[in-house]
Amino acid sequence: MKKDIILAGVGGQGILSIATVVGEAALNEGLYLKQAEVHGMSQRGGDVQSNLRLSSEPIHSDLIPKGGADLIISLEPMEALRYVSYLKPEGWIVTSNAPFLNIPNYPEIEEVYKHLEAIKNHVALDVEGLAKEAGAPSQAANMVLLGAAIPMLGIDHDKMIAGVRRVFARKGEAIVESNVAAVEAGYKNGIKL
Amino acid sequence: MKHLLLGDEAIAQGAIDAGLSGVYAYPGTPSTEITEFIQMHQARRPEGQDPIFCRWAANEKTAMEAALGMSYMGKRALVCMKHVGMNVCMDAFMAGSITGAHGGLVVVAADDPSMHSSQDEQDSRFYAKFALIPCFEPSNQQEAYDMIQEAFALSEAIHYPILMRITTRMAHSRAVVETRENQPKQNTMSLPENVKHFILLPAFAKKNYAELVAAQPEFVRLANESAHNSYVKGSNPKKAIVATGIGYNYLMENYKEEMGCSILKVSQYPMPQGLIDQMVKDGAEEILVIEEGQPVVEELMHGLVPSTIAIKGRLTGDLPRMGELSPDCVRLALGLEALPTREADNLVVSRPPALCVGCGHRDVYASLNEVLAEYKNPRVFGDIGCYTLGALPPYQALHATLEMGASITMAKGAADAGQHPSVGIIGDSTFTHSGMTGLLDCVNSKANVVIIISDNLTTGMTGGQDSAGTGRIEDICMGLGVEKDHVRVVVPLPKNMEEIKQVLREEIDYNGTSVVIARRECLQTLKRHLKAAKKN
Repeated sequence: MKKDIILAGVGGQGILSIATVVGEAALNEGLYLKQAEVHGMSQRGGDVQSNLRLSSEPIHSDLIPKGGADLIISLEPMEALRYVSYLKPEGWIVTSNAPFLNIPNYPEIEEVYKHLEAIKNHVALDVEGLAKEAGAPSQAANMVLLGAAIPMLGIDHDKMIAGVRRVFARKGEAIVESNVAAVEAGYKNGIKL
Repeated sequence: MKHLLLGDEAIAQGAIDAGLSGVYAYPGTPSTEITEFIQMHQARRPEGQDPIFCRWAANEKTAMEAALGMSYMGKRALVCMKHVGMNVCMDAFMAGSITGAHGGLVVVAADDPSMHSSQDEQDSRFYAKFALIPCFEPSNQQEAYDMIQEAFALSEAIHYPILMRITTRMAHSRAVVETRENQPKQNTMSLPENVKHFILLPAFAKKNYAELVAAQPEFVRLANESAHNSYVKGSNPKKAIVATGIGYNYLMENYKEEMGCSILKVSQYPMPQGLIDQMVKDGAEEILVIEEGQPVVEELMHGLVPSTIAIKGRLTGDLPRMGELSPDCVRLALGLEALPTREADNLVVSRPPALCVGCGHRDVYASLNEVLAEYKNPRVFGDIGCYTLGALPPYQALHATLEMGASITMAKGAADAGQHPSVGIIGDSTFTHSGMTGLLDCVNSKANVVIIISDNLTTGMTGGQDSAGTGRIEDICMGLGVEKDHVRVVVPLPKNMEEIKQVLREEIDYNGTSVVIARRECLQTLKRHLKAAKKN
């Protein structure tokens, strides 16, 4: 098993909380893991990404090579496109469809969607809407994305849910359940292999 | 025990497990998390464990000197900083190689190739060579954890400081690290055997320096025998590769057994001449050097192997001359084809970082821009922090930004040259780091400058660490001799815009040194404080 995942978004959106859950589940499975993060200046509203690598064999590079990513998980549609040169030809994009508008020259959103459509394996979701429908707060939107990506993570659904429960356990039962519901909503609407 | 740790955290845990007594540091990306991890560990310290001193220092020089003091007293001390911090502490660092260490003394320099969060690229391995001390460069998080402990032991064994050099991808990448179980024990206080070793009068320093020079062959022997340096002869030993630090990871990511290259992994310097000699004896004709940062080893290799051997690397264009290594550029340097992929999407535009909405720095720039529009050819000298973003749209308020503290002294130099208005803008933490002495220069020559201290009560850019002068900025300025009437305080909020503008006008029109302190808490730390207050 080997999965290379790029997590993308805008500084402050919380891409690392997705990494935390996947990391927890991967460690529990006894997998090797490397996760390169961006700290410092870019966190102030700039583009941010994290390279997450999971494998049953030891991992050398902290960074994913171009053309090496199995999956891009993005909290923002244009940010998903920023890393397409890292995606394997048959790799998947799972992204929120909500643009984050903090720059004056953001491209036409219809154009962004068209470029996403051009990638065969992609899922674009209204993650906040799905979170709300599932009875979860909008902060759980990143858990919807995580759920949508599960079939490509190399860790099965039940084990991932168990990971979510462990990560949120100390925040109380209500928060655990709403995050689980968000993951399930994403899973239902997500990647179908 | 297995933990998922950042490289920075692995170093911190390793230092704690090595019986650390004090960490001395000023925040700087990508080094900040080392000290923060030790601070968090101290807050939850098990009963009975000796405390570790872990309060932030005013700057890297005070940090290095305090660590030398702790080492002098026989205890283990760690100094952490980003690469440019090494420049700030260089006087103390070089002196420390002449005095040597008593308690284990390890300096961690976190380099930032590709300048993710920095004003330049520097390779701190040069500094280890400059000071003639051993340098450790771990290749992964586990090695970082192991090597920091060995560094303390080695420092005490050879009586010299050790420099550990890491880079961004090591500092800020997580991996599973297996830690030791045993209880750390700190050294008890003791004095160096020869206390004169710490008195660097020329007569003593000459003797010390001769000892340091004489120790060099021993440092090479240690590198030859280090468990972290290894040489493996390949089936085609004409082709050889030297890979240092995390360069080794990019090599192994791409390496295929059938390439048959001899491989020398280097994680401890000076260069292991014995292993290099073996590589040459085995028939190396061409050596590719894979190193993160500047071509330090590539240059050195020319003096370490016969001139008939071709050395390839960043200087020859086989690898990029600048910036971080990547698995991709190393792949090409090994003669492999790039992986199949898509072209980058040209619809994507850059998304530069920006000041937070509602941040006080914004109100400072908005008012400053309006006031300066009333003057002919104003010049504004910026500094290092979140507020450096004032150089970008929408404010574009800065004409220069160099390094820590330069706002004040460049504004002074410009005023000395006849410039008016000459404005410096600096954050509170940067002011106490390197701005105070410059302000004294201004006062002494009654320089016609306005220095704005945008005081957000924290070290904001690196995530909100304590700032050394919080609550005492006015006192510091007046203590340095700025006239009381020209130390002005404003609250940067949109509703105060007219008042701030009036204060700025008055001080620009005053022919002398003025300080305008614009004080409002950083939004990020405010959020954290409100959250903590709600919890209690």
